[in-house]
Amino acid sequence: MTKDYIIDIQHLSKSFGDVKVLDDINFYVRRGEFITLLGPSGCGKTTLLRQIAGFIAPDEGRILLEGKDISGIPPHKRPLNTVFQRYALFPHLDVFDNVAFGLKLHKIPAKEIEQRVKKMLKMVSMTDYEDRSVDSLSGGQQQRVAIARALVNYPKVLLLDEPLAALDLKMRKDMQLELKEIHRKMGITFIYVTHDQEEALTLSDTIVVMNEGRIQQIGTPTDIYNEPVNSFVADFIGESTILNGTMICDRKVEFMGHEFECVDEGFGENVPVDVVVRPEDVVISSDVEGSQFSGVVESCIFKGVHYEMFVDTDKGYELMVQDYDSFEPGSKVGLSINPDDIQVMRKERTCNTIEATVEDQEHVSMLGCTWECSVPAEFKSGDEVLAEVAFDKVDLLDNQEDGKLGGEVHFLLYKGDHYHLTILTDDGDHLWVDTDDIWDKGDLVGIDILPSDIKIKRKNG
Amino acid sequence: MKKLFAKCYIWLLLAMLYAPLLFIAVFSFTESRVLGSWTGFSTKLYQNLFTGNVSGGAALISAVENTLLIALIAAAFSTLLGTVAAIGIFNLKGRAKRTMQFLNNIPMINPDIITGVSLFLLFVFLKFSQGYVTVVLAHITFCTPYVVLSVMPKLSQMNPNIYEAALDLGATPGQALWKVLVPELRPGMISGFMMAFTMSLDDFAVTFFTRGTIGLDTLSTYIYADARKGGLTPELRPLMTLIFLLVLVLLIIINLRSSRTKNVIE
Repeated sequence: MTKDYIIDIQHLSKSFGDVKVLDDINFYVRRGEFITLLGPSGCGKTTLLRQIAGFIAPDEGRILLEGKDISGIPPHKRPLNTVFQRYALFPHLDVFDNVAFGLKLHKIPAKEIEQRVKKMLKMVSMTDYEDRSVDSLSGGQQQRVAIARALVNYPKVLLLDEPLAALDLKMRKDMQLELKEIHRKMGITFIYVTHDQEEALTLSDTIVVMNEGRIQQIGTPTDIYNEPVNSFVADFIGESTILNGTMICDRKVEFMGHEFECVDEGFGENVPVDVVVRPEDVVISSDVEGSQFSGVVESCIFKGVHYEMFVDTDKGYELMVQDYDSFEPGSKVGLSINPDDIQVMRKERTCNTIEATVEDQEHVSMLGCTWECSVPAEFKSGDEVLAEVAFDKVDLLDNQEDGKLGGEVHFLLYKGDHYHLTILTDDGDHLWVDTDDIWDKGDLVGIDILPSDIKIKRKNG
Repeated sequence: MKKLFAKCYIWLLLAMLYAPLLFIAVFSFTESRVLGSWTGFSTKLYQNLFTGNVSGGAALISAVENTLLIALIAAAFSTLLGTVAAIGIFNLKGRAKRTMQFLNNIPMINPDIITGVSLFLLFVFLKFSQGYVTVVLAHITFCTPYVVLSVMPKLSQMNPNIYEAALDLGATPGQALWKVLVPELRPGMISGFMMAFTMSLDDFAVTFFTRGTIGLDTLSTYIYADARKGGLTPELRPLMTLIFLLVLVLLIIINLRSSRTKNVIE
């Protein structure tokens, strides 16, 4: 079956210096597919695309094109073409010669070159621009020429590196439609890189969501939107409220202080989970009695098509709701969520688990410094152990110097009644913290943990 | 009043700068052997210069030929070396890049006399027989940094992806260099070439120390020797005027080119 995969990426890894940019990437691309690599800046998506194009060699792993390993082949011998973010047209050549560049290198007869270039310029609606210098074109026109220049070679795969990022919103929307149309007409496989989740949802057959050098989820746009596998994907794609919950039993989940029916099974009983609620899936009405729970509208903003409201629920959570009707701030409303609109996700972790080394019965070393705690008698100096610290037992301090070690707020997630922060320590370790205080991404913090909150456990294996 | 004063100042300054040149140019149109005495307007010296009817004429003509040939060869080689060096330095990162740029600037501010003496010592140490080749090598040495300096801004203006775009479209690294990079850098290379040409043209100190004892003369060493013999050959006056005009034209072209590229960017 692998014969139908035009690109097959196997165990690809890449580091720049000490930083692991790509960590064991695996996925395949079907022939003719429009696949999008989606993620925030710095997630490794462009590095991945540049490895497929051949500009960067992978440290480990293979890239198969139609079953053949192309990892060692230089870019000019790969039957792939790239559309660059900033167009990268050749300024000393006119539009025609830019598009003809690849064909001339391949020694195609002049007559055929002319035919193919003209046909391709027609496809991107740039027919009358053949003799124009590329500097005289607008951004959108330059990008059309860049697309024609790549596609005129009939590549097996077209690689697009955020091709629309430099265009204004209106132009971007138009170009999205045109790209989709070109993809349909040409039948060439597209691998598209973007950080714009809306663009990815609009264009793609398949989306690969990436973060910090790892693939988070692969799926169709509807899969990714409706069934995010973790809180990163849920938060990154579309609007959502992510809440802590408990799976009571199959088809029954508790969150925001209420029990809800849901459609998920197989989590086990009384298992902590993350619950995703999309704001458009919350049914809001003035009928308080007939609803699952109630709340008070806190704010209401008109967003063009719908209203976006924040509602304080009866058990003290904050929930984002989108509806075509508006409700006055201060009014009491009834809220309900349908069972199949509740997305339940297994938690990636329920507390911080940190590798530590026992120093003596009162001290362990972890995260690059020594911590006071009580070490059970079964461990002795030098033992490798695991230290567990609950999310809400990590103290964050305004001043980096006041903490035992310093760190930076790397990622934050609002969970309805508290924030769940990912802290990157100065040594590059991750800590996850639940807090009621408001922090911003990039804030520098001091980190402290009380001795009684560090639980020492045996390391498995 | 204040404005008038400021204007007078700048004209006075320019007059002092250009008076000597003007002096030579004016006295190139009179026949007098002694510089400074006007014996009536004449183009005789120009005629003598072009018909070769000069005292010690053959030596002067060969000095002019040497000067131009050395300047051409040195400018051509330093353009090649300087462009390659600029691409290399441009692709370095951070500290290494800054260090290389700094090292490139030193030879330009280093006094010529020191460059000349140290090259002389180097050639003696390496047992090079000094002559034409050593002069050309020396000129390439001090011209190359100027080319690096004029190619570098072209590299930073260039879209960093166009080299990769050429590879992506099937060009070998050599083809990408020749078909995409060189056309992009050409304005900088031409400015660099002209800069190198003028630097080589007016060099005295480095040539003097590296020409050896075979009697090789460029224009500047010829004039120096001629002046020491007692009195300049009168035909040097029109020659110097012509060279000044040549350099002036080159400078104007360089300036026009750089202002034009600036306009395109804006």
